[in-house]
Amino acid sequence: MATNTKEESTRRDFLFVTTGAFAAVGGAAAVWPLIDQMNPDASVKALASIEADLSAIEEGQSVTFKWRGQPVFVRHRTPSEIEEAKAVSLDDLKDPAPDSERVIAGHEQWLVMVGLCTHLGCVPLGQKPGEEKGDFNGWFCPCHGSHYDSAGRIRKGPAPKNLVLPPFEFLSDTLIKIG
Amino acid sequence: MNIKKNIFAVFAVITMAISAAPALSAGGGGKHAELQKWSFGGVFGTYDTNQLQRGFQVFYEVCSSCHGAKLISFRNFAEAGGPEFSKDQVKALAAEYTILDAELEEGERTATPADRWPSPFETELEAREANNGAFPPDFSVLAKARNLPKKFPMNFYDMATAYQEGGADYIYNLLVSYEDEPPHGVEIGDGQSYNAFFGGGLSMMSPLMEELVEYEDTTIPLTVEQYAKDVSAFMYWMADPHLVQRKTIGLKVLIFLSILALLMYLVKRKIWAGVKH
Amino acid sequence: MAGNSNYNPTNKVEKWFDERLPLLRFSKEHLMDFPSPRNINYWWTFGAVLAIMLIVQIVTGIILAMHYTPNIAMAFDSVEHIRRDVNYGRIIQGTHAVGASMFFFAVYVHMFRGLYYGSYKAPREILWILGVVIFLLMMATAFMGYVLPWGQMSFWGATVITNLFSAIPIIGTPILEFLRGGFAVDNPTLNRFFSLHYLLPFVIAAVVALHIWALHVPGNGNPTGVEVKSSADTLPFHPYFTMKDLFVVVVFFIPFAWFVFFAPDILGHADNYIEANPFVTPAHIVPEWYLLPFYAMLRAIDFDVFFISAKLGGVIIMFGSIIILMVLPWLDGSKVRSGSFRPMFKPFYWLFVLNFLLLMYLGGQGAEGIYVILSKVATAYYFGYFLVILPILARIETPKPLPSSISQAVLDKNK
Repeated sequence: MATNTKEESTRRDFLFVTTGAFAAVGGAAAVWPLIDQMNPDASVKALASIEADLSAIEEGQSVTFKWRGQPVFVRHRTPSEIEEAKAVSLDDLKDPAPDSERVIAGHEQWLVMVGLCTHLGCVPLGQKPGEEKGDFNGWFCPCHGSHYDSAGRIRKGPAPKNLVLPPFEFLSDTLIKIG
Repeated sequence: MNIKKNIFAVFAVITMAISAAPALSAGGGGKHAELQKWSFGGVFGTYDTNQLQRGFQVFYEVCSSCHGAKLISFRNFAEAGGPEFSKDQVKALAAEYTILDAELEEGERTATPADRWPSPFETELEAREANNGAFPPDFSVLAKARNLPKKFPMNFYDMATAYQEGGADYIYNLLVSYEDEPPHGVEIGDGQSYNAFFGGGLSMMSPLMEELVEYEDTTIPLTVEQYAKDVSAFMYWMADPHLVQRKTIGLKVLIFLSILALLMYLVKRKIWAGVKH
Repeated sequence: MAGNSNYNPTNKVEKWFDERLPLLRFSKEHLMDFPSPRNINYWWTFGAVLAIMLIVQIVTGIILAMHYTPNIAMAFDSVEHIRRDVNYGRIIQGTHAVGASMFFFAVYVHMFRGLYYGSYKAPREILWILGVVIFLLMMATAFMGYVLPWGQMSFWGATVITNLFSAIPIIGTPILEFLRGGFAVDNPTLNRFFSLHYLLPFVIAAVVALHIWALHVPGNGNPTGVEVKSSADTLPFHPYFTMKDLFVVVVFFIPFAWFVFFAPDILGHADNYIEANPFVTPAHIVPEWYLLPFYAMLRAIDFDVFFISAKLGGVIIMFGSIIILMVLPWLDGSKVRSGSFRPMFKPFYWLFVLNFLLLMYLGGQGAEGIYVILSKVATAYYFGYFLVILPILARIETPKPLPSSISQAVLDKNK
């Protein structure tokens, strides 16, 4: 009799534990969609990478593209701007990076950067003709006075880092894929 | 107890008699619909990729000159569970269209797969002017905006069998039911075409005819019925693009719930064992 | 209910907490130890189903509000955006829409159980009235929720239902414009409906708390209608009724999932997939199925009575059909609670159930021919049941002998 009760109680516990575990697994699976719905949706993800046609940008010109809701600066640099950027000594830089790390080899004339100041996220000036380009012939952030040079490197002001380079690749000489 | 049963029987007979009378009404009020067998019907239903691709071809070559599908993004055509065109095909299709973009200096740009499909007319007024005063409806959710509702008690049968394809059946029947002349005594408006399923005149002429669209797969007959079926399936996909994903998950959910219900029953029985209630 | 607690704090922390906020004591008392009649049957499990459904609706609703745009230019497309683009959006939106139907199905089972077993009788009148309040709030919430997708049925449903208020003499039109925030249903209407649709479920949750409070004062009724007399009549709520309720909840989820995953649109109306158009009314405007009985009663009044116009009469009848439930405890004077012991009551009750289903059917038919006559007859029976039949039965009926106690009834059944 006693063993029977014991067996009975083991069987009982097994059933309870199985049911509880099974329900917990199902509950967890049901919770995931409720969380995942807050992740970027399909229409947002579709814009995670864009193609930018550079063929119409003439030397010395800058164009701003919209990528992931943020501005991307593309400058077609002149040879003198490239020379200027290469000539800077790394010791003069707050966030040292040679010009070769700022561009893709073979496409040195194309500077592609996220157009947000690394200080507090304002959009620097210097894209449009006639705009203030700062003391280093690049970009100038009017919010707190950060100056960037012709390779987008921070030279003066409160910003800690160079302008960020987005992931991008050249699909052809004049077509890039950002993101 | 007997009274209860009798009342129910009498009631059931009365309601059935009432509901049987108008049971013949088809969607448009005309002839009765011929229900088709759809690959996406039922619990295991799934879209036939080839059919959706053919349906797209019919839509693209025939319908899209008047009808838009503004809720569809080009990228949808490459997504799983749809027509599953390749990414390059979708990109090429998108590139045929221009998107008005107020953020750009030029005001417009070439469409990308991320864009919604632009409608053929920018405004309803423009659409009516081009179509003899009629407004060609947008096709994005049209297959769900049309239906073949059934009367009690057949509506419960539809619920039990999950018959949701009334919209596809409606569109198919409409497309194959054009007749050259209205039957004697039926008046239709100027410039209208008689449709037996609709039971009256439609502003849209019969859009399909034999061998209108060349299919790549030569084994598929080039008939009005085939075109109608393919484009109806395609429109159903546009209206419910996640049907396959939904049904696949649903099957797992049902299996899970059935097992859990059984386990819960056993738990409940164990707990109540020996308790008089 | 007091004195059921056998909560003993097991350590110092629990004791410290218990002296300051006896939350654990309260939970143990009301969720675990609460003595419930041992003979309550499966019809009593729908209270738990309803609690779960309220949670499902609130959770999915909060999620949908993260993606929905309450603006007439964007509402329709934003719902489609949820279905098409949002991760699992098709399923979450479907759950919310089907969930409304399942919620109402459960509430009808719950209410008809109460009507059969006399759950509204003393000392549970407040409990019953709070239930009717919840039902009214549910109808208001469901109606406003149905407007949000901004389809044709949304728009015309909102137009027709707000127009009901214009039936009120003299102040009808000002009230109508006040409710709509304009001369017709438009963007202000949609915006406020969204706001209220978000608010009301929390009001419902609060009234549900009162409903449960009012339940825990006299305790559960039971199929015999005989009150609990000793501890032999009851079992603790946990694990007996928690597990029984959960079992039913899981079973209830099976048809729920069936609709969500395989027929999410079948309970709705195709016309709501056409964007709202103030210039074109759909051929058949019908409310959702769960409101059809009341809609049928509204339409049944197509004649003037003295100075009351048909329009006002219909509105009075429709609201009256729910208000009458609030005074039901004083209309049914029978001392016997449970319908099981009332031989004359039973056939009238079942006829009332069928009559309600008939009204539901009639609400979905056109207002013509035999349907109009049937609607009038069915409406008359609906009111006659409460106003005439129940009061008369209380006087003339001889009930069957009641068991002396619940435990006695259980013993007899298990003989």
